[in-house]
Amino acid sequence: MTSVALLHQITDFANRADPYPLYAELRKTPVVQDEAGPYLVSTYWEIHSLLHDPRISSDARNLSPQAAKATGQDQDPELPPNFLRLDPPEHDRLRRLAMRPFGPPHTPRRVYDMHGELAGIVSGLIDAFRDRRTIDLVDDFSYPFPVTVICRLLGVPREDETRFHTWADTIAAGLDPVGTDEEREAQKQAVRQARAGLAAYLAGLIEERRRSPRDDMLSAMATDHGPDGQLTPVEMVTTSSLLLIAGHETTVNLITNGMLTLLRNPDVLQRLRDDPGLAVPLVEELLRFEPPVQLLPQRNALADIDIAGTTIPKGASVYLVLASGNRDPQRFLDPDRFIPDRPDNQHLGFGSGIHNCFGAPLARLEAQLALTELVRRLDNPRLVEDPPPYRQNAVLRGPRHLGIAFDGLKP
Amino acid sequence: MSLDGSLEKFRREGRIVVVGASLAGLRAAETLREEGFAGTLTMIGDEPYEPYDRPPLSKQVLLGRVPADHTALPPRRALDAQWRLGVAATGLDVAQKRVQLADGDAVEYDRLLITTGVRARPWPHELEADLDGVFVLRTTDDAAQLHRRLSAGPRRVLVIGAGFTGSEIASACRERGLEVTVAERGAAPLVGALGGVVGEVAANMQREAGVDLRCGVTVTGLEGDPAGRLRCAHLSDGSTVEAEVAVVCLGATRNTEWLASSGLGAGPRGIACDAGCRAFDVRGIVTDDVFVAGDVARSPHPLFGYQFLSLEHWGNAIAQAETAAHNMISASSDRRPHIWTPSFWSAQFGVNIKSVGVPPMADEIMVVQGSLAERRFTAVYGHQGRVIAAVTFDQAKWLEFYQQQIERAAPFPPEFGTVDRRPEEAHPVPAEFPDPSLPSHGPTVTLSGHSPIDRRISFTPLHA
Repeated sequence: MTSVALLHQITDFANRADPYPLYAELRKTPVVQDEAGPYLVSTYWEIHSLLHDPRISSDARNLSPQAAKATGQDQDPELPPNFLRLDPPEHDRLRRLAMRPFGPPHTPRRVYDMHGELAGIVSGLIDAFRDRRTIDLVDDFSYPFPVTVICRLLGVPREDETRFHTWADTIAAGLDPVGTDEEREAQKQAVRQARAGLAAYLAGLIEERRRSPRDDMLSAMATDHGPDGQLTPVEMVTTSSLLLIAGHETTVNLITNGMLTLLRNPDVLQRLRDDPGLAVPLVEELLRFEPPVQLLPQRNALADIDIAGTTIPKGASVYLVLASGNRDPQRFLDPDRFIPDRPDNQHLGFGSGIHNCFGAPLARLEAQLALTELVRRLDNPRLVEDPPPYRQNAVLRGPRHLGIAFDGLKP
Repeated sequence: MSLDGSLEKFRREGRIVVVGASLAGLRAAETLREEGFAGTLTMIGDEPYEPYDRPPLSKQVLLGRVPADHTALPPRRALDAQWRLGVAATGLDVAQKRVQLADGDAVEYDRLLITTGVRARPWPHELEADLDGVFVLRTTDDAAQLHRRLSAGPRRVLVIGAGFTGSEIASACRERGLEVTVAERGAAPLVGALGGVVGEVAANMQREAGVDLRCGVTVTGLEGDPAGRLRCAHLSDGSTVEAEVAVVCLGATRNTEWLASSGLGAGPRGIACDAGCRAFDVRGIVTDDVFVAGDVARSPHPLFGYQFLSLEHWGNAIAQAETAAHNMISASSDRRPHIWTPSFWSAQFGVNIKSVGVPPMADEIMVVQGSLAERRFTAVYGHQGRVIAAVTFDQAKWLEFYQQQIERAAPFPPEFGTVDRRPEEAHPVPAEFPDPSLPSHGPTVTLSGHSPIDRRISFTPLHA
């Protein structure tokens, strides 16, 4: 039986700035059981195939008792899972209902029509750098931008940010595997409290929107009746919690990783300055090269699955290491190079299959606008330190601060 | 003696003629240039238009969302080709390496690619077919005319044949608020392509959308008024349907008549070619300089016992065109086989339908995910104990997994559990494909035996 301790190294904060050598090590055995229990899948085609495999579940109730204990993924007795942690048909119904006010086929123009609003937020945030010569990109831009956007989209007051920020951070950190039983129990309790706090907050807001609806997603969820009927009050809370956290803990990393990568590759930064159209393929390459979601730790096997010479047994926990698949030389030529116009770039940055990133169109647009404007307006930007300090999170990985010095601001 | 030098010369200054300027012809021509063919390239097409995309013609165009002349295929690259559009090829002399054109001209080639595709099978009675209000739907002109007529608000539209095209047209009519009757010879819509179990779902879908669906009947005659306008149709059950518009959707005919005296293995099921896309002649000998791709080709498939497979699938046209083009300008050791797994999609009555594999080959079907009653499901088809095809209704994201099952010849019925398995539906039942000797709208994928010579098969007339 194969046994390795790579998972421990991946979660080890010392490896946060550059986990990619670890992933290369991991790919030597495409599917391997970690000594902590889960099966780690690290190569592109194996990840891709499991993302489309109906024998893979996202519902923690299908974990074997040992796997559930080892990963600490059991049911919150207070709140049912959101659609990220559900299988069809419940997943499909909830996601369809959540998609109705957000995208096609019911609301195809939602993201497209936000272009002007997003550009305005970006300009406003950058204008505020006028009298400064250094910024912390995370606190001054990458965090406030997507948070403002998700608040407006959902209809959550921006001024409540200090309240839900802590809850969101705690829940996001709860995705990370931790070592001892005590740590797991503490993490679980913290996550449950945060979920409950966020749920109570959003329930109040949804009730307000139900009584006096506005043009936002909470109002639509609370009032809309489509062919699938309506979300139940509890489903509204779990769904809106998911969207608020996801819109908030991921794009920040995409934008920050983007500037970090551009500042490490000044020739590419200059190309983007000269040709803003490059932003479209560049953001795809970024999602491959530095994906904000490094791995998906919430899958399990509904049947014995033979893959890459290994059998993942029924009930086992399965971790899909997206960031490793994105660097798989069997799939991508010269995978450790950042090539902004890389052809044939079907990365795993947004996952794939039925759980592929719900907010992907919005995240793409946010990152494209943000990076284009930052490189256009910042005069001679450079990194204050490299590598920058990272957030603790291994799953939702990104810098905690990104100091950038610059000589001035273009209009 | 090495022939390599002659291949290099051919790649540099040879003459390639592509007959058929639609999806397969265009993508083949682009691949030829992409892979370095620098000689002369001639594109011959009987329609007067640049290559355009056909799937939208029965969907967005009929709904008025896209004008019929706005479906041009986006070019992948500049072609530097001589275009002979609006001129049909009428004959082929393989000894002289010459294509005869309808305008009296002839074009010589060193290598020829045939991508003439199919055309809509017309209504068999010419006088009735000429009535004002009787349509087929295959070309952009067909779509423009039909759209114009639907926009005039006919009191009722009759769709003859409930295959994919007929069902999509019925769907568009209902979406436009038009009354529509569908007459289908089989027991249900889509039955030839997907079998009776799935056909039943399609039938319910149509009826729920307000389609007047009549199955198990044929249209025995179309009747006009004294001014030559369609007035009504007579059905084999003795009933009459009053309709101002009738759309004939009885499947397609291969455009091979122009090859009748060419000596190629061409017939009603298409032109037989080997896995490398080289055409067979009537002696069953593979030719060196004539290649085939797209709907008009029938080629042997390793997954299906090397039977010749005829496909009318968009994705196949592209894949086979790319393979044919590559092989036309490559040495034999560098050639590739065309082993595309058949797949197609349809959009109708708000449902996305996708299929992979060869459903009509199946004996049994099993709903592995979702539910027929909810019209969201994945069904797997079995043939002699292995998975041979799969179809999804609004569950396309799972199809890739089942395609791998088909390609690995996985056992049927599947032995493993999946998400969304419904115990009440998840057991194998007969797939209920109709007797293939009684064609109606016809399946879009056909297994046509092992013989490269296809002369004996003829279309069974519609009328009893």
